Amino acid sequence: MTHKLDRLPEILARHPQEPSSLIMVLQDIQQEYHYLPCEALQETARVLGVKLAKVFSVATFYNAFGLNPKGEKVVRVCVGTACHIRGGALIKDQIERQLGIQAGQTTKDGKFSIEVVACVGACAMAPVVIVDGKYHGEVSVGNVTRLVKG
Amino acid sequence: MKILKTKQLEQLAEEYRKTAGRHKKTVTVCCGTGCLAKGAQKIVEAFEEYLDRCKVRDFTVEAVKKTGCHGFCEQGPLVVIEPQGTVYTRVKPKDAESIIEQSIGHDAVIERLLYTNPADGRKIEKYADIPFYAHQRRIALRNVGKIAPDDIREYIAAGGYQALAKVLTKMTPDQVIEEISKSELRGRGGGGFLTGKKWRTCRNVDSDVRYVICNGDEGDPGAFMDCSIMEGDPHAVLEGMMICAFAVGASEGYIYVREEYPLAVIRLKKAIADCEEYGLLGKSILGADFAFSIRIARGAGAFVCGESSALMRSVAGEMGEPRAKYIHSVVKGLYDHPTVLNNVETFVNVPVIINNGAEWFTKIGVAKNSGTKAFSLVGKVRNTGLIEVAMGTTLREIIYDIGGGIIDGRSFKGVQTGGPSGGCLPAALLDLPVDFDSLTEAGSMMGSGGMIVMDDKTCMVDVARYFLNFLVSESCGKCVPCREGLYQLHKMTVKICEGRGTEEDLIKMEKLANQIVAGSLCGLGKSGSKPLLSTLKYYRDEYLAHIRDRKCPAGVCKNLITYRVNPDLCTGCMVCVKACAYQAIAGRKKEPQVIKEDVCRKCGACVAVCKFNAIDVL
Repeated sequence: MTHKLDRLPEILARHPQEPSSLIMVLQDIQQEYHYLPCEALQETARVLGVKLAKVFSVATFYNAFGLNPKGEKVVRVCVGTACHIRGGALIKDQIERQLGIQAGQTTKDGKFSIEVVACVGACAMAPVVIVDGKYHGEVSVGNVTRLVKG
Repeated sequence: MKILKTKQLEQLAEEYRKTAGRHKKTVTVCCGTGCLAKGAQKIVEAFEEYLDRCKVRDFTVEAVKKTGCHGFCEQGPLVVIEPQGTVYTRVKPKDAESIIEQSIGHDAVIERLLYTNPADGRKIEKYADIPFYAHQRRIALRNVGKIAPDDIREYIAAGGYQALAKVLTKMTPDQVIEEISKSELRGRGGGGFLTGKKWRTCRNVDSDVRYVICNGDEGDPGAFMDCSIMEGDPHAVLEGMMICAFAVGASEGYIYVREEYPLAVIRLKKAIADCEEYGLLGKSILGADFAFSIRIARGAGAFVCGESSALMRSVAGEMGEPRAKYIHSVVKGLYDHPTVLNNVETFVNVPVIINNGAEWFTKIGVAKNSGTKAFSLVGKVRNTGLIEVAMGTTLREIIYDIGGGIIDGRSFKGVQTGGPSGGCLPAALLDLPVDFDSLTEAGSMMGSGGMIVMDDKTCMVDVARYFLNFLVSESCGKCVPCREGLYQLHKMTVKICEGRGTEEDLIKMEKLANQIVAGSLCGLGKSGSKPLLSTLKYYRDEYLAHIRDRKCPAGVCKNLITYRVNPDLCTGCMVCVKACAYQAIAGRKKEPQVIKEDVCRKCGACVAVCKFNAIDVL
């Protein structure tokens, strides 16, 4: 997939052009495009003076980064301990079944992606599902279906 | 406005109190993550909308305060009327009007919004009288939920930055370290290392550059104390760091915040900007010969980055791989310079110790475990939320007196502390005092403070499998015992959960787990087998039930359970039939339904929708 990277120079200009800025730059790219386009990584490597191999190693080390485009809506299912023992795994299965994809994948129409996240700090209302940045607490297998309707 | 002298700090506090005092009453709306998810923002908007329409005497929109987490998340959204201290629970936006008219306009208390004590059905008006709060002691959380975290004047008016002023004007760095040492404050991140000793070591290393880092990575799933502190009282974190920087002689600091906490980043950024504007960060702070700056480093989602050397690599923009610590990071840390790394909760304790003295602090808690500890009390407990208790409080007091016992009247099976590096403790240990040493001795650990309560419907084999799965995906892969060993352990727990395990597996697992402890490079591997070892120790019967009887007593492991309709309870309402995605349930209307075992995928959809508890998991 080709991507318009016109915002990239501005992102790179926000940080000191040195190797220690690598994670911060990648975070900003991730936030802007919801993934790390390959061309953006090459440009980052060049500007910060870091080897491309190292950029990739950092990009694949951290969970926050993804090398594939995300759907319009990202469904984040919390599988932290508190959510797990209150049935988080069943919720994840249900969402996967409903959207016909596995966690980490995006639907063919590009509308939804599923991500699992280990704790979002909202344990008191477990289990938690975050759709498009909005927190939903005390989700059940029964009521989760309405959260992921196109 | 720039504060140049200590005196101006007091003036500012006084002035702010005066302006705030023109409102006879204030309304505090809890805007912690829990309450926000339950609609707290809509409540704030409802107050604003009402005040836009109607004028109320001595009350404007400025008297509606958005604060951090009040703690009692279970009862949220929470609204408090000050100075009366009337607490309203489970508030809805439509209640805003009656709250203003009755509790602000008049002094009336709205009965229906008060907390009902489940023990006797009595209505309780004030936090201090609610059992959930009555057994707590709040030091680290002193301001969380009380002040508006995005206004520096609120923190100053609450006595903030007085400890910094005291340190800069009346104390030498050595005296500060001495005071912290005397307080016996131990690292709240989990290790429990003496803070004063760490600071002393850092100061004694010969170097031109030193760093102070605040660890806000809080990677333990099931813990959100540090998150609540950073969101609810960011200035206390900064003040603690400043005092530390003065004591050890550092001029640069970093706060490493977990990726999943966007609100904490916003609040900390605002707090840092305000401090720079008020002259509390930068050059010659409060007119003293002390310069300090703080930057935020956002984590990128890696549990191992809670480990000191991995965290410092991550701050430097590299992969978060730990190193062997023949030389500690306090001697050779960030960019190879001496670095103090303390947890969020440790730093917020510092200003209080400076203000009240070490002696005062050591009187709280128990010997060698002074002070308090914040916990996130979650799982199958009735009152979930954020709590803080004196060290040495027993598990029973926390779970039953504060937590209100187990939900749905079920029985207590265990409590997990210390996250993936901790263990599960059984009912026999309910009277164990909660402090660093007692927990470690019992085979768990303090950890950062997640406390996850489990009932008889929690499968302990599944819990061990869950943590191992988490650790396998979070292991950085640098050393073999952790990378390969945890992988094998996980495989064996999966085997047991699927009903294919043998008793020989248990012996193999114990042996391998102990080897991982001995051979791993960092804390992740060294303590990663604790959840497994502790469950094997305290819940061996449950493992044996999976192996010998091919049964999961808790009804969790899918291969070992069956869903069955209880014909005595089923009304034949057919709701489950519609909910089942596999057409596994059939029967006539108004007659008990039947689940076809060969078709059923055990997804739990029928159990979730059945209003009559008519589906048994056997």
